[in-house]
Amino acid sequence: MISLNINGEAVSVDAPEGATLLSVLTNQLNLNGQKYGCGKSQCGACMVLIDGNPAVSCTTPATSASGRSVTTLEGLRENGGPSPLQQAFIDEQAAQCGYCLSGVIISAQALLDNNPNPTESDIRLALNGNLCRCGSHNRIIRAVLRAAKEA
Amino acid sequence: MNDSFTMMKRRTVLKAGGALTMSFALPEIAFGQDEVTLPRNLERNPNLASWIRIHTDGTATLLIGKVELGQGTVTAAAQCCADELQIDLARLSVISGDTIQGPNERTTAGSGSAPGCLPAVQVASAEVREILVQMAAEKLGESADGLKVSDGTITGANGSVAYWDLVDGLDLNVEPTGKAKLVPTSEHRFIGQSVTRLDIPPKMTGGEIFVQEMNPDGVVFGAIARPPTYEATLVDADLGAIEAMPGVIKVVRNGSFLGIIAEHQDQAWAAAGALSAQANWQVKSVLPTHDGIYDWLENAENVVPKELVNTAPPGEEALVYENAFYRPYHMHGSIGTSAAIAQLGSDGVMTIHNHSQSVFATATAIAKLLGMEESKVQCIHTQGSGCYGHNMADDAAADAALLAAEVPGRPVKLQYTRAEEHLWEPYGSAMIMKTRAGLDADGNVANWNMEIWSTPHSTRPGGDPARLLSGRYVDPPHIMETRRDGGPPNYASARNGVPLYEFPSTRVATHFVTDMPLRVSATRGLGAFANVFAIESALDDLAHLADADPVEYRLRYLKDPRARDVLMKTAEIFGWDEWEGGRNKGRGIGFAQYKNLQAYTAVAVEVQVVPRNGRIRLIRAATANDSGHMVHPDNISNQIEGGVIQGFSWALKEEVKFDDTSVLSSDWTSYPILTFSEVPPVEVALIDRPGEPYLGTGEASQGPAGAAVANALFDAIGARVSRLPLTPDRVKAAMDMG
Repeated sequence: MISLNINGEAVSVDAPEGATLLSVLTNQLNLNGQKYGCGKSQCGACMVLIDGNPAVSCTTPATSASGRSVTTLEGLRENGGPSPLQQAFIDEQAAQCGYCLSGVIISAQALLDNNPNPTESDIRLALNGNLCRCGSHNRIIRAVLRAAKEA
Repeated sequence: MNDSFTMMKRRTVLKAGGALTMSFALPEIAFGQDEVTLPRNLERNPNLASWIRIHTDGTATLLIGKVELGQGTVTAAAQCCADELQIDLARLSVISGDTIQGPNERTTAGSGSAPGCLPAVQVASAEVREILVQMAAEKLGESADGLKVSDGTITGANGSVAYWDLVDGLDLNVEPTGKAKLVPTSEHRFIGQSVTRLDIPPKMTGGEIFVQEMNPDGVVFGAIARPPTYEATLVDADLGAIEAMPGVIKVVRNGSFLGIIAEHQDQAWAAAGALSAQANWQVKSVLPTHDGIYDWLENAENVVPKELVNTAPPGEEALVYENAFYRPYHMHGSIGTSAAIAQLGSDGVMTIHNHSQSVFATATAIAKLLGMEESKVQCIHTQGSGCYGHNMADDAAADAALLAAEVPGRPVKLQYTRAEEHLWEPYGSAMIMKTRAGLDADGNVANWNMEIWSTPHSTRPGGDPARLLSGRYVDPPHIMETRRDGGPPNYASARNGVPLYEFPSTRVATHFVTDMPLRVSATRGLGAFANVFAIESALDDLAHLADADPVEYRLRYLKDPRARDVLMKTAEIFGWDEWEGGRNKGRGIGFAQYKNLQAYTAVAVEVQVVPRNGRIRLIRAATANDSGHMVHPDNISNQIEGGVIQGFSWALKEEVKFDDTSVLSSDWTSYPILTFSEVPPVEVALIDRPGEPYLGTGEASQGPAGAAVANALFDAIGARVSRLPLTPDRVKAAMDMG
């Protein structure tokens, strides 16, 4: 059994040996945010916050997250509704397919936590580990700027 | 009012076999005694109950056959339905792409949802509204003419009745009359508004949307042990050793098809990887390699030559221009790998949640692959990652079903690994375009000639198990029939191959190579990206030879006023006439009307080249688009900008690499795409055409974008790079030679 702290709740999971954090979150805890994209830390679709820092869950063994605080896209919600950052993404309609968006929002949240007033180039740099194939990049940047401005 | 659609005349269809389509305005239709006119998708699915359901709880359901790929079709359809039913959008839910419940609108592709689905939804909804209003008239004891509808409540002189109170006695199992009046544009509440797309809030907050997230009770996980390459036969494998691996429930062998069913995802992938490596395969080394592909295309054995257009003799030439343009194989490159969940029920029905663009034809193909009756295979579209054409969504549906058949009652979830998706997806075909133009003494085009070499552009399942990847490897293997090229008006390899420019003489011919050394299928725009890249690059070269401005030179030959408008609007917002350039800077423009019959788009871009290494930096882009009457302007803007960025990525970075045996591009390092720091700001201008038909948008901007960046490079360095992608090495070589 692995003991995890997920979105503020303590949970125990009977995960197989060598299971990735991504697999445990998605297939055993039924969390929807983090996505499998590459399994090689190349695309960022699987990002979560571990102790507040962005991390790729596809190459993180579930055991290594034991005793640490893991936040997924769902964990950013506030009072059951979208957080200000999530609301900014909704207001800017900053997605097409949206598959990359969970990882993008997690990266953006980590950026804003460290730098509440980022420039556009700060945002591009912070999101460079997140691949988007639909071409929603500029909308995503506008959403992060909007969230920073409205905070 | 928005009153113009692509329509089909029923009697004409019967005579012409469905080939003839035409556009005209609804109010002007003179309905003959037995001639009914309906939007094509409604004509094909004429039972109103297959489109609309009204419920007693104050809600309604719209069913459509088109599916959500991230392009916003479901929301646009809901807007059209709400406006014609005259209800609030919040009352409406949408079921899309269900092969048992909903209308069959065939494949969601070819930028066909706006022109195909939306008019059908609009007319079907208006028909249902009129049925309800007629029922209300009878209930209220007054004429239907005086009744008004507001959010589903019908009010007349004698009182009010709501749709929801009329459900008892409502029978929508009827055919449309073709006579329902559409709501005037001035009374639209949702059409024309950029409402929040229905799928966006859950996508931003972690709601359940994607098939990759679903975990039904009792779920087990599937994986496929692929051969080393396409041409491979399984000699033997030690299945027992794999069955002993942790979590493995079953190892499935069927001919050269090897599958795993395991308790957990990681265990299924690990077992599949081990099995793949351990098995003995007989492999052939028969691929032409990525550098050899163009020689191979020109010298291929199985070629269908065709002349598409030959308008007039070539005329007098003072100068001859010739060039050849090369487009490599491109990946769809979905960020999420393809996935599906299949379950064989106790009723003998195989239910498959999947993200195929063609759930209907794919269900048929899977039934044949499994040897099941077609009625026993149900495909339910569930969103996946953006696909940009025929990726591996259908293969995943088939593979999940092949495994689910082995464990009846248990849902099998299967998601491909990144390497599997990269190596096995059906790519967009490599192509060669050779252009030849004669100029007169004044630098005007006397004649235009383009020849196109390409392998096929569609191997969509289309009911054929041989077009599902695993269909090739089961025993006995399914053999794909020779593919044919797509003809007019959409074309496939020749899509956008005939220029919209009106030259005194135009000749276009194709060399359609039927062999497929790499697996290929529909990739956003099919041949359009390469053909527009070639035509627009050559136009730029001709303008240069004529010492003319590239925009002015295009306008000499562009007669369609809407085409001229998007070109001039793009130049205007880019600041074309005021642009001053600078050292190693360049600007370029590209234009096309998608398929010569859908949305019009032009793209201008400014680049800066780093002479030291040949790297191209995208500084900014501007684009104008005309998609006819706009249902959801923000969706159009989103699609156009996204297409521009994807087109830049194709043009600058993308090429599937392969040696004589196998594909080498197995991840995002070996097949890089444009990143956040490389994407330029894009200014988008939309031209609305109220009352004009809805034009498809999704594939309209990639071709102009690719051409614009190639032309900007030419402007910056004074040399033409005609082979994509425009990598630093190629740019540097062109600069050194120039």
